[in-house]
Amino acid sequence: MKFLILSITLLLSSNFVHAVDPGEILKDSSLEIRARAISKDLRCVVCQNQSIDDSDAELARDLRILVRDRILEGDSDQAVIDYVVSRYGDFVLLNPPVKGVTFVLWFGPIVITLIGFICLILFFRRQKPLIQDLKKNNAEVKK
Amino acid sequence: MMKRLAYFLPLVLLAILAAYFSAGLGRDPQTLDSVLINKKVPEFSLPPIRGFNAGLSNNDFLNKVVLVNIFGSWCVSCRIEHPFLMELKKKGVIPIYGINWREQNQDDGPRWLKKFGNPYSLIGDDPKSRGAIAFGVTGAPETFLVDQRGIVRLKHMGPITQQNWNDTLKPAIDKLRNR
Repeated sequence: MKFLILSITLLLSSNFVHAVDPGEILKDSSLEIRARAISKDLRCVVCQNQSIDDSDAELARDLRILVRDRILEGDSDQAVIDYVVSRYGDFVLLNPPVKGVTFVLWFGPIVITLIGFICLILFFRRQKPLIQDLKKNNAEVKK
Repeated sequence: MMKRLAYFLPLVLLAILAAYFSAGLGRDPQTLDSVLINKKVPEFSLPPIRGFNAGLSNNDFLNKVVLVNIFGSWCVSCRIEHPFLMELKKKGVIPIYGINWREQNQDDGPRWLKKFGNPYSLIGDDPKSRGAIAFGVTGAPETFLVDQRGIVRLKHMGPITQQNWNDTLKPAIDKLRNR
């Protein structure tokens, strides 16, 4: 029991563990909030399935610092993101933008679901007369 | 007849998906296509490493085909690649610029070059990854081929070997020079 409680506590607290070093954090908390938000959307190109905010990789740390330096220099959030994208491509965005090449990615699942529904409707429509026939038969047998 | 064919539709779809995914299996997710290809060398400016006079910036790319090599004394693959770069230098094949990436100690880079030889004609010091990020680097070594007009033409990830030199780098360089 003790072990279970300990595991659950540790598991829950792990949400609050971040890769950001205390030394990296900006003094101005409103700027720091912006930096954190940007970092959460940028993929760490070394570990790939983590954001740079979560990653301990050195390159991720350097990118976090770059994001903060650019914010301090007065760049807008979009300008910071655009700079990183201009170097690494759309791949660094954990939330890929909706555009020509990502069209299938965004709308493919919806289209496939729709096709599935259409097939289902067609299927049941075809079944309807059969079911009615069966019911009729059943009724006759009962008689 | 048409109805019968429809039964094969799922199979055909499966075959298409299988072909698509099996093509994806062979791709290495670590090799990203560089967005810099056919674009100007990104703006950057790096100071010299300790004991050297000249650093490296985007203004150093003009009127010659050059390689830019990202290296570090901590990087094992760079050590493997190094003798080949020395050979290129010795034969005067092509000027090589170096970006000395993320040395923990300022003396590490210079000491490494002193020990194994210096194949670079210009070297920039890049402790905070500014140059590496400008080039969209994800690991070392990485090498970029830049043409006479300062346009990035090729990105090579991992160590340069005789084989990939013959297969990709050498032909690309020859093509740029013969324009």
